Amino acid sequence: MNAPPDKAPPASPHTASAPLADSAPLAIDARGLTRRFGDFTAVNAITFDVRQGEVFGFLGANGAGKTTAMRMLIGLLEPTEGSAIVAGVDVVHDADAVRRRIGYMSQRFSLYDDLTVQENIRLFGAIYGLSDARIAERSEVLLARIGLLESRKELVRRLPLGWRQQLAFSVALLHEPQVLFLDEPTGGVDPITRRVFWELIYETAAAGTTVLVTTHYLDEAEYCDRLTIMVDGSIAVAGSPGEVKRALGVTTLDEAFLHLTRPAAAT
Amino acid sequence: MSASQRRDTRSERRHDTRLDLGRLFASLRGLVVKETRHVLRDRQTLAILLLMPLVQVLLYGFAIRTDVRGVNVAVVDPTPDAVTRALVLRVDGSVRHDVLDVFPTSDPLEQQFAAGRIRQAIVLPTDVSRRIARAEPLAVQVITDGSDPNAGSAMASYAEAIVRRWYAESVVAERGPAALRGGGSAQIAVETRMRFNPTMESANLFVPGLIALVLTIVSAMMTAIAITREKELGTMEMLLVSPLRPATIIVGKVVPYAVLGIMNIGIVLGAARVVFDVPVRGSIPLLLAQCALYVVTTLALGIVISTGARTQRTAMLAALGGLLLPTIMLSGFIFPIDSLPTPLKAISNIVPARWFLVIVRGIMLKGSGMSVLWQETLVLFGLTTALLAVGIRRLSVRLD
Repeated sequence: MNAPPDKAPPASPHTASAPLADSAPLAIDARGLTRRFGDFTAVNAITFDVRQGEVFGFLGANGAGKTTAMRMLIGLLEPTEGSAIVAGVDVVHDADAVRRRIGYMSQRFSLYDDLTVQENIRLFGAIYGLSDARIAERSEVLLARIGLLESRKELVRRLPLGWRQQLAFSVALLHEPQVLFLDEPTGGVDPITRRVFWELIYETAAAGTTVLVTTHYLDEAEYCDRLTIMVDGSIAVAGSPGEVKRALGVTTLDEAFLHLTRPAAAT
Repeated sequence: MSASQRRDTRSERRHDTRLDLGRLFASLRGLVVKETRHVLRDRQTLAILLLMPLVQVLLYGFAIRTDVRGVNVAVVDPTPDAVTRALVLRVDGSVRHDVLDVFPTSDPLEQQFAAGRIRQAIVLPTDVSRRIARAEPLAVQVITDGSDPNAGSAMASYAEAIVRRWYAESVVAERGPAALRGGGSAQIAVETRMRFNPTMESANLFVPGLIALVLTIVSAMMTAIAITREKELGTMEMLLVSPLRPATIIVGKVVPYAVLGIMNIGIVLGAARVVFDVPVRGSIPLLLAQCALYVVTTLALGIVISTGARTQRTAMLAALGGLLLPTIMLSGFIFPIDSLPTPLKAISNIVPARWFLVIVRGIMLKGSGMSVLWQETLVLFGLTTALLAVGIRRLSVRLD
């Protein structure tokens, strides 16, 4: 066996911050995606694309529409207008096929805490139609990576929050989705776990899985290959962290965010 | 999307169709196993769910069913002789009845009933012995105070049984045992009449209503709570974002509660049989099939509630107020349907328990079969289908 390649510290999987070639195939292609609730337009004709293997940041204040946008992309919500191709499948016409190809981790912890680690994994394996052998194989790999192999018979409720979140992340990857959607995955976890989490995200992206992540933490946004900042249902700015900062003439994403979300304070 | 990608998707879909059944089964099994674990691990709730029907049977049996002992009876006998005296002695000798008076005419009965001195009267025709000897038809009337319907129906059937037994013995004594063969008992007509509550609509054993009640709690309320619990915890989102169809998710969720519900029917019927000797006169398979249908009805009710309720608390209150109360009040369980005010009577038509009660009472108490009960069964089936359709439809409109 050859020596494994050196493991990079949490830095972009695409070293030297070289963005993916523009020619990389698209994992997400959203065109004019719109969602209205009655008179209220939660998401207003957003158009963006995410290339395969990218870590794509979805930023915005609370209520800016990022969760609504994400729910349309994962087939939980029907768009009022517009279209989106996710993992090569049209979300509007074949939401079922989309769901089979994506993984999702919601901002709320969403495994069953009265089941054990293993029982949760078996359940989601069965739901995604994996064979018993495949489930065993995948859970070995995923649990070993987050150091939970020893605790597989433990009730999830007994695990510390950080571990539970990592477990939820691993379960979302169980069926090897092409695109992974993370809705504020690091909410409420300590800084160390946040760091571990981003290592996991990078490893996942390096293995070829596209990751779309919403977050409140602007330092985390710096880790993304590209990002969008949503304001009032529209995309206010998009690009790599560097491009976004240059476009707005600011030095940190923090400033960029404030500049966009609190224009009243600027005048 | 490029043409080749499109082709990929299409061929994948074909491939999926082939695997769909196996996959569906594996997913369902996974869901059922998971839900069963939820149920089994919550020991307190499980214990309550299994003990509750037993407690209810005992409670309703002992507390609400009136004990029919020491019932004061008057016998009207225009032509007393040894044969009729045998009846009086037999009634008086039974543990449940005491004969206070024997009247030559039925005139005093009105006043005796009104004064509450007697609760039952047995009215014999004239020339009883002669009619028996000549094998002429004998019409005996049993009049019962029906103000307490449960006690009334019990009193009536006990008295009727005594009269029939006395008649059979009298026939044998007068004309020999051969006289009974060839439909001898058809020669007696016992007419039971109720005073104060002539139709005896609610005169029933409590068991059918109790089955409806227990299933409402176990199947409907627990299903509603279990589904809203997943919504509250956020796990429902994980199921909805999976390739599973809403119907599959729901079936996987309700199976354990269906099993619990069926176990509870067994507990209620068993306890009623052992403790209170409540018989099932009709077909037991038919009874179980009807109960199974009603289990589905209650599960559907639970699903409908869960699609509207956001929290477990709301689901529970909705189940209590929206299901349990109508099941008790508007089903004929406690109050006869006929005695309800017109608007409530109309509402009772959409309370599934109302139809279920008619069916189960028919099977258990009267021994009726489908030839009698098909209309009620059809209504119950229709209600169930409608509820299921509404539930699944509302669930398909995925969570917002």
